[in-house]
Amino acid sequence: MISVKNLCKSFNGKKILNNISVTFEAGKTNLIIGRSGSGKTVLLKSMVGLHDIDSGEIWYENTLFNKLDFKDRKEIRSEMGMLFQGSALFDSLTVDQNVRFPLDMFTEKTPEEKNERVNFCLNRVNIINANNLFPSELSGGMKKRVAIARAIALNPKYLFCDEPNSGLDPITAILIDELIKELTEEYAMTTIVNTHDMNSVMEIGEKIVFISDGEVSWEGNKNEILNSDCEILNDFVFANALAKKLRHSDK
Amino acid sequence: MIKFLSQVGLYFLLLKKVFSKPEKPVIYYRQTMREFVYLGLTSIGIIAIISFFMGAVITLQTAYNTENPIYPKYLIGLGCRDSIILEFSSTVAALILAGKVGSNIASEIGTMRVTEQIDALEIMGINSASYLILPKLVATLIFNPILTLIGIIVGIFGGWVAGTLSGVITSENFIYGIQYAFIPYYITYSLIKMVFFAFIITSVSAFQGYYVDGGSLEVGRASTKAVVYSSVLILLFNVILTQLLLS
Repeated sequence: MISVKNLCKSFNGKKILNNISVTFEAGKTNLIIGRSGSGKTVLLKSMVGLHDIDSGEIWYENTLFNKLDFKDRKEIRSEMGMLFQGSALFDSLTVDQNVRFPLDMFTEKTPEEKNERVNFCLNRVNIINANNLFPSELSGGMKKRVAIARAIALNPKYLFCDEPNSGLDPITAILIDELIKELTEEYAMTTIVNTHDMNSVMEIGEKIVFISDGEVSWEGNKNEILNSDCEILNDFVFANALAKKLRHSDK
Repeated sequence: MIKFLSQVGLYFLLLKKVFSKPEKPVIYYRQTMREFVYLGLTSIGIIAIISFFMGAVITLQTAYNTENPIYPKYLIGLGCRDSIILEFSSTVAALILAGKVGSNIASEIGTMRVTEQIDALEIMGINSASYLILPKLVATLIFNPILTLIGIIVGIFGGWVAGTLSGVITSENFIYGIQYAFIPYYITYSLIKMVFFAFIITSVSAFQGYYVDGGSLEVGRASTKAVVYSSVLILLFNVILTQLLLS
């Protein structure tokens, strides 16, 4: 479980996150949704320690993460995996080397054990016969899947995904969503996904947090989101023409 | 002024991060070997070409400026040797490396920053500054003095080729000149300067790349800044080191 309490973050005097308090449940796919520029990515990056926060608390189980120094954070970070918006695969390394990288850095496994783990992770995300390709030779969907393979290489307890579907076609986006959901259940991870894709929300949103202008405006699950009274949430959820039509026909 | 001081402070904080204990020495060793190839071996060609032509031009210019029979001919060889050793193989070579290696380092690290690859390293609990910059520093600190030695040899050879082919000096006179009143300390001086310059090029360029904020435009700007700042610092330290080492 990850808890955020009264988190505030600003850049150059401009408040981006204002008093955010939210709990992300263990073993579930937790979604942070909101419009572009609402502060989703800043919240996610603050939670993993990539941004120093102005005030507030970030708890990983019973550990106050934001008060730890770099050395002590390492232990919790070894339990984290993260999928970045642009995949963030290392350009100079092959697919195999990218997935192997955390194993080389943090384990004392033998080369055979590492090979086995790398191939297992790549197979798990359906990347076959691409071990020797470089990231520049992969499609957008493949890059995301390799990045997921790298993120799960060390069996993380927490998985963070920043806009996992951005730039993908709807079918590939659904495949990535399904993969994230399956892995969350398989490894009993606490998964936090940042998205503004309503398909993802309806597919995998077990707990949903809606952020607007740096504040939590609504919390619930995918069954509750369609019947909410929150006006700004409804504006977001029913933003496209088809959704508006469906809503009006329902009424 | 405050911005300048904060940048200087940030630079030294980055160096502190760079020189912290490596997570896994084996991985760092592998990275260092890779940097020897990318930053060192690939620079041999450009250093050799420039040194050869520099040596040739110095020889021809010295010859045309010492046509008076009062000057012995071997002075052409001596002039070529000392110019190459004292200035061209270290300072001019460093300025060229600031352009080639400096821009390479700044754009590589800058691109890693804007594509979140550095964030990915941090998330894994890796000291990204140390992992990315320390191997480059070690490789350039070791290999750039080797480039200086290569520059000296090729530069003097270039002078001999130009001098003998153009007929401004005989081979015997040139060889006598490069052996005449030779002070070995000049080579030490040149190598010491190159070690300082290598540190400046790598650390300043890495600093520019590491703190890029934005997109490809900013990476380009960081790359330009890396070359400009490194070059200015090389020229400044050239004066300081010359005063300290030769006075």
